[in-house]
Amino acid sequence: MAEMMYREALNRALFEEMRKDPLVFVLGENIGERGGSYKVTEGLIKEFGAERVIDTPLAEATFTGAAVGAALAGTRPVVDILFVDFTTVPMDAIVNQAAKYEFMSGGQGQVPMVLRTQGGAGNSLAAQHSQSLEALFYHIPGLKLVMPSSPYDAYGLLVSAIRDDQPTIFIEHKLLYMTKGEVPEEEYVVPLGEADVKKEGSDVTLLTYSYMTLKCLEAAELLEKEGISVEVVDLRTLKPLDEETILASARKTGRVIIVHEACKRGGIGGDIAAMIMEEAYDDLDGPVMRVCGLDTPIPYNLELEKVCIPTTEDIVEAIIKIT
Amino acid sequence: MSKKSPPKSAAKSKTSSRGVTEKILLQMYRSVYATRQFELKCMDLYRQGLVRGYLHPYLGEEAIAAGACAAIGHDDFIVSTHRGHGHCISKGADLKLMVAEIMGRATGYCKGRGGSMHIFSKENHNLGANGIVGAGIPIATGAAMGIKVRKEKRVVLVFFSDGAANQGVFGESMNFAAAFELPVIFMLENNHYAVSTPVECSFGNCDLACKGPAFGMPGICIDGNDAVEVYLTTKSAVERALNGEGPTLIEAKTYRHGGHHLNDPGDYMDQKVLAEWKARDPLDILRGKIRGKKKVKEVEDQAELELSEAIEFAKNSPQPSVDEFLTSIPNF
Ligand SMILES: Cc1ncc(C[n+]2csc(CCOP(=O)(O)OP(=O)(O)O)c2C)c(N)n1
Repeated sequence: MAEMMYREALNRALFEEMRKDPLVFVLGENIGERGGSYKVTEGLIKEFGAERVIDTPLAEATFTGAAVGAALAGTRPVVDILFVDFTTVPMDAIVNQAAKYEFMSGGQGQVPMVLRTQGGAGNSLAAQHSQSLEALFYHIPGLKLVMPSSPYDAYGLLVSAIRDDQPTIFIEHKLLYMTKGEVPEEEYVVPLGEADVKKEGSDVTLLTYSYMTLKCLEAAELLEKEGISVEVVDLRTLKPLDEETILASARKTGRVIIVHEACKRGGIGGDIAAMIMEEAYDDLDGPVMRVCGLDTPIPYNLELEKVCIPTTEDIVEAIIKIT
Repeated sequence: MSKKSPPKSAAKSKTSSRGVTEKILLQMYRSVYATRQFELKCMDLYRQGLVRGYLHPYLGEEAIAAGACAAIGHDDFIVSTHRGHGHCISKGADLKLMVAEIMGRATGYCKGRGGSMHIFSKENHNLGANGIVGAGIPIATGAAMGIKVRKEKRVVLVFFSDGAANQGVFGESMNFAAAFELPVIFMLENNHYAVSTPVECSFGNCDLACKGPAFGMPGICIDGNDAVEVYLTTKSAVERALNGEGPTLIEAKTYRHGGHHLNDPGDYMDQKVLAEWKARDPLDILRGKIRGKKKVKEVEDQAELELSEAIEFAKNSPQPSVDEFLTSIPNF
């Protein structure tokens, strides 16, 4: 095992997959010499050259659409879109093209593309650089959706996503890039569609993903000292959703809180809550609760930004309320 | 010489004010000088932790906003970019409200919600900076439609840079504006880089002005470091627009004096070319065209005074109230 940063784990996955498969290539803005704003593509251009590490013109709609085309032509593109906020520019390529091609063509036209991007608040980057837009993709049949919280998962899930034959939206979090964790030296995969119980517990289940996993673990630790046993389930992959693990945990504890940074209205939490209610109502001790971001664009001012996003205290409070 | 070097024609226009009045020269100089000082001070504030988020300095490009804004009136609209401080100042912004915004204070232009990348001023008809590269171009096109609908005599001046000219909305907006003869001036600030990507690596044809005729409007390439040239070119584009003849594309060549934003050292930039551009500093070029050196000094002193008062004002301004923010969130 080696200790590694989240961004280094992603970088390693790209290196290894590109070495292994000459059909894998990356494209996006300023990802070559500059190595991307968060250094995830650092060094790739030296080893693989400008043909497989493509600094595109500033044209997301076109290079994402082009990645769909390249995938149809038999390659495995990894598209890099610096902020999830900018994925609205190439939305047609994602929603109407990548997500639909295999289905519309009766299975002939596969799009084995990964779209890597990054979201979340916390750096005072204001309303157009701080969003959590995963629900947009969650809603579209035909897209896989991955949001890892640890270096271990980031590496293993990116490898799986690249090898997968369907289009995958892979959303990183800006506050996770510098976080560290153990990553095995040898190659491994984390399969798409498997949640991970990051901490076992018996009184209440926290269902979460991405950066909020860290907050949930903090809250769980604080309450452990108060004698409340909290289970933290990191969904890791939002589509396919690991309903089995979710329901098993819900049945075990009988109390569920869904925690996500994205705003509450129309968020993924609402859908998962409904699914739990439909499948495990009789095993619940009360309604499923949600701790989510406020329904507002993210403000620039630091103090205002903070109140928009769930804190460890918000999660602790919700747990105390429900148990 | 690299093709990124400053245009040669620049030398001959060096000291000529080409009939532009001293009043206009001084107005432009105030914009250039205030923007220069503003950026330098903001960089200090950033390093002191009083400014957060992204800060994209307009250093080296000041003459474009100064010249173009001097050629339009108070009622004309501008649409700005992520590198927007110069546009904002040149359109007549109150430095107090600008600094306060960039420091996230309640008294700022956007109540501390926007920050550097989102300054908007209704009073100055500044339709805002934008964090989405290229997004301002169709917004400007639409503002020009609005002007037509309201049967007004106004124009829209939209700033954007070479990177944005790669977005589909650029071509679409150019076509749209030309097809409907909209009163809009497309000011392409070609600073030769989109973050670290040089123009030569992202365009098949680096003559960006030629995209104007391709869409049915004039495309004029000028020296963006010469405020007088920017002013005169914009002035004729404004006349065209007001005569109902439609839009103009102006490609103003310039160069960033540093990295893309404050935390980007910009070491991918060719240092020799950078030095050549710095030797043609827009501030010096404009100063060289103004006879009354005493007036120049007055403008400088006044701008510095305003700026230091603005910083004091911002520092003494309250943070936005969290309660007020929470109660103001709309229910949709
Ligand atoms: C749609 C979109 N894509 C990417 C970015 C990230 N980004 C911010 S500024 C920038 C470069 C813009 O280049 P250009 O238009 O030439 O403007 P300049 O920074 O040179 O003034 C990029 C890629 C963004 N903000 N919006």
